[in-house]
Amino acid sequence: MRVALAALLSHWRRSPLQLAMLLLGLALATALWSGVQAINAEARASYAEAAATLGQDRLARITAQGPIPQETYVDLRRAGWRVSPVIEGRVRIDERRSLRLIGIEPLTLPAPAQQVEFGEGDALLPFLTAPGLIFAAPETLARMEGADLPPLREAQGIPPGTGLIDIGQAQRLLRMEGLVSHLLLDPDAPRPGELPEGLRLVPPDSESDVARLTDSFHLNLTAFGLLSFAVGLFIVHSAIGLAFEQRRPMFRTLRALGVTARTLTGLLLAELVLFALLAGVAGLALGYLVAALLLPDVAATLRGLYGAEVPGTLAFRPGWAAAGLGIALLGTLVSASQSLWRVAHLPLLAPAQPRAWAVASERALLRQAAAAAGLLILAGALLLWGRGVVAAFVLLAALLLGAALLLPVLLAGVLRLAQRAARGPIAQWFWADTRQQLPGLSLALMALLLALAANIGVGTMVSSFRLTFTGWLDQRLAFELYLSAPDQVTADRIADWLEPRAEAVLPIVRAETEVLGQPAQLYGMADHATYRENWPLLAEEPGVWDRLAGGDWALVNEQLARRERLAPGDPIRLPGWEGRIAAIYSDYGNPSAQVILGIDRFFALHPEAERRRYGIRVAPARAEALAEELRAAFDLPDETLIDQASLKGFSLQVFERTFAVTAALNVLTLGVAGLAMFASLMVLSGMRLPQLAPVWAMGLTKARLARLEMLRTLLLASGTLVAALPLGLALAWVLLAVVNVQAFGWRLPMHVFPLDWLTLGALALGAAALAAAVPVRRLARLRPADLLRVFANER
Amino acid sequence: MRTVLVSDPSERLLSLEGVRKSYATGEGPVQVLAGVDMNLAPGESLALTGESGSGKSTLLHLAAGLDSADEGRIVVAGHDISQAGDTERARLRRGTVGLVFQQFNLIPSLDVAANLAFQARLAGRHDPEWQAELADALGLTACLHRYPEQLSGGQQQRVAIGRTLAARPRLVLADEPTGNLDEATGDAVMALFLRLVSQTGAGLLMVTHSTRLAGRLHGRLQLSAGRVA
Repeated sequence: MRVALAALLSHWRRSPLQLAMLLLGLALATALWSGVQAINAEARASYAEAAATLGQDRLARITAQGPIPQETYVDLRRAGWRVSPVIEGRVRIDERRSLRLIGIEPLTLPAPAQQVEFGEGDALLPFLTAPGLIFAAPETLARMEGADLPPLREAQGIPPGTGLIDIGQAQRLLRMEGLVSHLLLDPDAPRPGELPEGLRLVPPDSESDVARLTDSFHLNLTAFGLLSFAVGLFIVHSAIGLAFEQRRPMFRTLRALGVTARTLTGLLLAELVLFALLAGVAGLALGYLVAALLLPDVAATLRGLYGAEVPGTLAFRPGWAAAGLGIALLGTLVSASQSLWRVAHLPLLAPAQPRAWAVASERALLRQAAAAAGLLILAGALLLWGRGVVAAFVLLAALLLGAALLLPVLLAGVLRLAQRAARGPIAQWFWADTRQQLPGLSLALMALLLALAANIGVGTMVSSFRLTFTGWLDQRLAFELYLSAPDQVTADRIADWLEPRAEAVLPIVRAETEVLGQPAQLYGMADHATYRENWPLLAEEPGVWDRLAGGDWALVNEQLARRERLAPGDPIRLPGWEGRIAAIYSDYGNPSAQVILGIDRFFALHPEAERRRYGIRVAPARAEALAEELRAAFDLPDETLIDQASLKGFSLQVFERTFAVTAALNVLTLGVAGLAMFASLMVLSGMRLPQLAPVWAMGLTKARLARLEMLRTLLLASGTLVAALPLGLALAWVLLAVVNVQAFGWRLPMHVFPLDWLTLGALALGAAALAAAVPVRRLARLRPADLLRVFANER
Repeated sequence: MRTVLVSDPSERLLSLEGVRKSYATGEGPVQVLAGVDMNLAPGESLALTGESGSGKSTLLHLAAGLDSADEGRIVVAGHDISQAGDTERARLRRGTVGLVFQQFNLIPSLDVAANLAFQARLAGRHDPEWQAELADALGLTACLHRYPEQLSGGQQQRVAIGRTLAARPRLVLADEPTGNLDEATGDAVMALFLRLVSQTGAGLLMVTHSTRLAGRLHGRLQLSAGRVA
């Protein structure tokens, strides 16, 4: 058996490039997949940690619609409620840094919420007394270096970006004196009765809101990782298939010499497992590097989009490594299954020459066309009847795979037509020969198609999103300044002060409500030209603004409308109010349901709502000066007054970061596809000599043959690019109209950007030319003796 | 051994003077041809014989312009190709020379009809009538639309011969054209080949190990250790 294994392995010694491509393809596939998984694992661990903060996954909480006055807490304690106060908020350190503060009262904190070990009192005293002490995770400590904060001390188990501090210090830092965010309830203590009105008991929750909100984001990343993995597997499949075909005579010889089919298959399987493990380890190392490079951007995205704190550094998780090796092994076995099956069923007496590997039979193409049609029909069915994010991603997979399988069929048809139309002998040979090369190159071309389509699709989605989002921001952020006053009294004073100085000062008021059985945000909107002229409506009843101001009609956001299949004119009911929908508006970036009522109706329903936030209209040139005056007049901290430009800038920054990861994965996938092309061309170039030598002998120079080889590669890449365009646009449409709607609840209009396609086309042709350069150069530099060997039968 | 037929210098189709060729190997250069002189006239056929490694194939490749000599002069149809570049030698192969190999070397992506026409069209001398005549004479009419992989060895060699002769080359160079065929098929193919070559009036230089086949040609050139014996 050892001799047989040595004979099998000798093939790789003689074809080191083929072995390198196999290992590289597998390593890259594993790297991209496991890189994405490492990011997801890191984020999920952070969410779990956040969910467990102060034992929230095990403790019930008492909340109100806004902050709870400290007196309420004192009253509850007096009434026998064993509760502990918590305050939460974010304190801005500088332009780039902020810290989430959780203020606790350590003496009343229930046991399951004990996050920090205060020891023998050596930490408790500085914690309780001014200037206080902040406990934070090591990476948070590093990030807060130089910040104007109370002393920081390292503690394990605290989520990244969060600091644990005494409630009194927190109230001071957050400027929320006399207020608490919620109360933690001791699970072991009896409840002395009903809660006073306005307070609500929230049961423990093992999954944080953030985890739920970010599910779609992580699913997107996973889908991209899977696509990259699939593209990488094309290289693996191609290299394994070729190696098996080239060793076919050896397999027969081994069988003829007495090696059983089972032993032979077993040996090949062992060989593959060895390669999978080698490449898997390399892939894991590479994946760790990819994840470490991408994680800071992902963390910034999650913080900006969802307020989710994920550390910017990566931890090594053995489970992740095992899963990475597993997927490398599984990918290898899937890629090799067809070849292994053939070896196991190899007839002993069939001719020993390698099968015409490069010649695709019409039947094989027909089978491929049938599989492609089946997948495209499945995609169509999912488009019509599929529901949910998973169905949307299966639709994407079916569409991409179906189109990829269809590509060689289409290219073969086009080449057949070109061959028929060709006049000269060289042109005729060129097209016929290209057709013959197609099966050998088809996997690489399919990988290129997927990468290009993903590029066009995701690029179109991102650019459409950017265009829509920018326009939407202009509409939504119509006020020149946004004010969040620290308390109601200050807010009233500021409103009076602003009255003669601003064009309009409109309150932004909000309450929590329930609509169609789900929690929703309720806003009150003043009747003003700012809204009439700018608010981004998607569908509306005539006279929408008058109807809204009248109090019997409401606006709902797109997410709610799509989820509940609501349209303008439909009835809608809120606690204490019943009316109709006047319009639906776009509300990108917000995962929650939202309803807007006229401001009078709003206050009739929620008289307790505070008027602390205002939108201020002023001539844009005056905005900065007015903000300065306002800050000076009322000694307002920076974060209470935000100008439109900063808000837009911040929103766009979040947007760009969100797609920075996507762009990076896009480029990596294209790189892998380029490598697949290079691998196939290099491997094929070794098999090309018997096909090229006769043509050379009949009078075509090597230089001309080399030029034709380059032209062939560029033509095939161009054909793939042409096919990728409609596929990419279809992908963009599915992402915008199906995946987005299922994942986030909103649909974006699609815009096309032909200039981007030209850039991508040039890039793809450049990559193809680069991939072909080495084999073509090799051909142009062949010595006559190498070509003459073909005729001398010495190969 | 029959004497070598030496042609009249004014009618030389192929002429080699003092041709030397060596190849680099791991053990140093190996001299394959050590000063060969020979001539071939139009319509003349010459067998090139010798033991394995005597330089027969190398001589044929040099005459075809597939490789260049280290020293000496090679003139084909009045053109000195000794110092010619790749393009010039390619033009010579396209227009003047016809090659037949033991391995057939057909173009697998083209059918029989396209293979037959290929070199004639490259040379700009495609004559459909002559091609049809050749296909008929070679017994290929029934398989014109088949691909090389669908043919037997004998059929493939007949296509290779047809492809060469369809271009009406002035010089035909053949390297053991029936070496891959059984004796009966080889004899039949060879008879056809010689008849058709003589019909076109081309000069023929053919490498063979067979004394019997060599006897059917006008003359014979024996190579030994890189020299004409």
